Amino acid sequence: MSVAETRRRPILRMIAGRLGIGVFTLFVISVLIFLAVSLLPGDIAQQVLGQSATPETVAAFRRELGLDQPLAWRYLDWVGGVLSGDFGRSLANGRPVAELLAARLGNTMFLAAYAAVIAVPLAVGLGLLAALWRGSWFDRIANVATLSAISFPEFFIAYILMFWLSVRMGWFPSIADPGASPRLAEMLGRAFLPAITLVLVVTAHMMRMTRAAVVNVLGAPYVTMARLKGVSRWRVVTRHALPNALAPIVNVVALNVAWLITGVVIVEVVFVYPGLGQLMVDSVTNRDIPVVQACALIFAAVYILLNLLADVLAIATNPRLLHPR
Amino acid sequence: MLLNIEKLKVEARGDEGWTPILHGVDLQVAKGEVVGLIGESGAGKSTLGLAALGFAQGGLRFAGGRVIFDGTDLLQLPERRRRAFRGRRVAYVAQSAAASFNPAWRLLDQFCEGPAIHHTAGRAESEAFARQLYAAMHLPDPENFGLRFPHQVSGGQLQRAMVAMAMACKPDLIVFDEPTTALDVTTQIGVLAAIRQAVETTGTAAIYITHDLAVVAQMADRIKVMRHGREVEDAPTRRMIEAPAQDYTRSLWAVRAFRRPPRALPQASAPTIGIREVTAGYSSLDVLSEVSFDIPRGATVAVVGESGSGKSTTARAITGLLPPRAGRIALNGTPLPPRLAQRTLEQKRAVQMIYQMADTALNPRQTIRQILSRPLQFYLGLTGRAREARLNQLMEQIELEPARFLDRLPGELSGGQKQRVGIARALAADPEFIICDEVTSALDQLVAEGILRLLSKVQDETGVSYMFITHDIATVRAIADEVVVMKGGRVMDKGLKAEVLDPPRHAYTRELLASVPQMDPDWLTRRIAEGAA
Repeated sequence: MSVAETRRRPILRMIAGRLGIGVFTLFVISVLIFLAVSLLPGDIAQQVLGQSATPETVAAFRRELGLDQPLAWRYLDWVGGVLSGDFGRSLANGRPVAELLAARLGNTMFLAAYAAVIAVPLAVGLGLLAALWRGSWFDRIANVATLSAISFPEFFIAYILMFWLSVRMGWFPSIADPGASPRLAEMLGRAFLPAITLVLVVTAHMMRMTRAAVVNVLGAPYVTMARLKGVSRWRVVTRHALPNALAPIVNVVALNVAWLITGVVIVEVVFVYPGLGQLMVDSVTNRDIPVVQACALIFAAVYILLNLLADVLAIATNPRLLHPR
Repeated sequence: MLLNIEKLKVEARGDEGWTPILHGVDLQVAKGEVVGLIGESGAGKSTLGLAALGFAQGGLRFAGGRVIFDGTDLLQLPERRRRAFRGRRVAYVAQSAAASFNPAWRLLDQFCEGPAIHHTAGRAESEAFARQLYAAMHLPDPENFGLRFPHQVSGGQLQRAMVAMAMACKPDLIVFDEPTTALDVTTQIGVLAAIRQAVETTGTAAIYITHDLAVVAQMADRIKVMRHGREVEDAPTRRMIEAPAQDYTRSLWAVRAFRRPPRALPQASAPTIGIREVTAGYSSLDVLSEVSFDIPRGATVAVVGESGSGKSTTARAITGLLPPRAGRIALNGTPLPPRLAQRTLEQKRAVQMIYQMADTALNPRQTIRQILSRPLQFYLGLTGRAREARLNQLMEQIELEPARFLDRLPGELSGGQKQRVGIARALAADPEFIICDEVTSALDQLVAEGILRLLSKVQDETGVSYMFITHDIATVRAIADEVVVMKGGRVMDKGLKAEVLDPPRHAYTRELLASVPQMDPDWLTRRIAEGAA
């Protein structure tokens, strides 16, 4: 092993360790999802086929679903399928779950990315300015405004925006189906209202954490030292304080981006946006078990992956770990 | 005159409005002159030093006077124009380099930041200048030294790197704010030599702030003594040392003269604490190797050595916080179980500790009464009137009036008073042995002397034994009966104070003593000439 590799080993080992924990967490969650779904009351075959089905057809359908097999066997069968990319078939329409998910996942990711690209720089920027001018009018107004935004229920914000920007002004469509439009600009226009709603919901949290983390570091002697070297206040905040405050900020950003992907059911329903959240809600109503399981697993994986990423970034911004003695 | 501070007034924000902390102080620094500022903490030395950069710390404000630097009154300038002076014309060297370097930046990038924002030199030019300064300050591998992060460099090297950084824009004045206070004497001498050399070769003027008289005597052409935000005395160094005019200045000089009167130690069959071939450490690293020494009954044994020598680890092994890997520790001839959890209440009671930072060792939410009552109840089962009587007795022993102090919180006490409470807490357990871990090193000299006198008095009254961990030889001379010299986890020398120190018996003791700054203003010059730094 070369010198450089030996020096970098602690961080690689740490990342490998986190990855291992992530995989284990995902395994535990898959068991929980599977158990929870199989504990749902009522017989799935009966529910799907309806009250009029004969006992023979129900039994045949149960066999077809594998419901007559022991629980552990069914779990292994499901996990084995997932690992090879086969999520099974939808009970509602018989199409492969993977195919159903693919389109919806794309839409959800598009909306989440859209909101994140606006919200993260906005929140971090506002947080830095609030830290720079702490105690000023700007600080207070930014605080009150973002707090109010987070305090309203998101459907309320959604309907207000829809009323003004869509119904009254007619600038944006109220039904936000991006469709398969080839033009990005058109897609952005159609998804604008749900994206802005999400931005308003997540900005406050990230902004307040940025402000708090930076203000915390601004008390450090090396910040005073930087000012005594003649460094301007803005440069002190962005170049000296921010790099040392990144770990908590990265964590809260990851948490909020994860929420943008997994927690947007209500906004999707309000704007009739064809995302993963709406698919999951529909599938729960339809008792479409394979789809519900697949959605839950994807949500869990997104959470774990983003938190893992945050952990690794937090480690990578710590020079003590990145450059051992 | 390069810097002319006239009638400077600075105020601090308090609960009841603004209170003055500098009451109209004057300070003149000529081109190339080094002025020493000394005084106890709270004297306003740092505030005055920072004023030379037109800077007031958070919660402070300038309330009057002028800070004229090279013809410009900095206090009249807007913040943006003051910045043009900071780092470029007036630079600053902080006390703790470890805290004052940005942990996320390489040292070289921090060096080059000043020249870049002040446009005094291009990147390549300042990098070359940095390497030149690193070499001049005897930093290891000067070519690549700057590529390291602050945590990859030792304390003494970091402090020298900070001196180098202050010189990056070739300033006319450098403010050194206690630059060696946090260092061991053996490390300090190297930094002092680096500062001396930097000042002499560039001809920059300097303000040197410290509470160590011997240090300031080496560095300064002129000394100003401050107290409570006012000037006490201002005179050229030699005159100040030889003939101080003010009582307060004389009292500062006298602290070092404290010597405990000689006394007879009681006879005992076994030492209070016997340490035999103790090896201990953390994870795979041995910090102590086969350490053996005794603490005789009623005696004060000073354990000296630089940081990392294993002084505090020995204390942790004795208290049972760090069970030794090998060796035995005995109390009055009876072996102590290695782990704290295995020790009886009686054994725990017998060994108590007093800490360096009284601030953090006392619970800020508990009154002095609560702090002292806890050991009284836990170890001795005292309650009600008996406890009250003992509380009063303890407070009188540490010379704090019970009625005034018992119901106060630690935050309402001065540093010296807090340390006295720390002593009372150890005494409350009625111990046979107390470990004093650098108990005076965070205190001003006058206050520290009071604590040493108190500890001596308590020993005379109770016959308790002390292990006195310190890196300050003056403290050792003042109160120790015996001395143990440690280095790298081993005992270098041990014995009666006179045997070990006068004259130094072991080569390392000799080095340690030679590194302690003397009041003689020519001491550092001589040491540099002898090749010590």
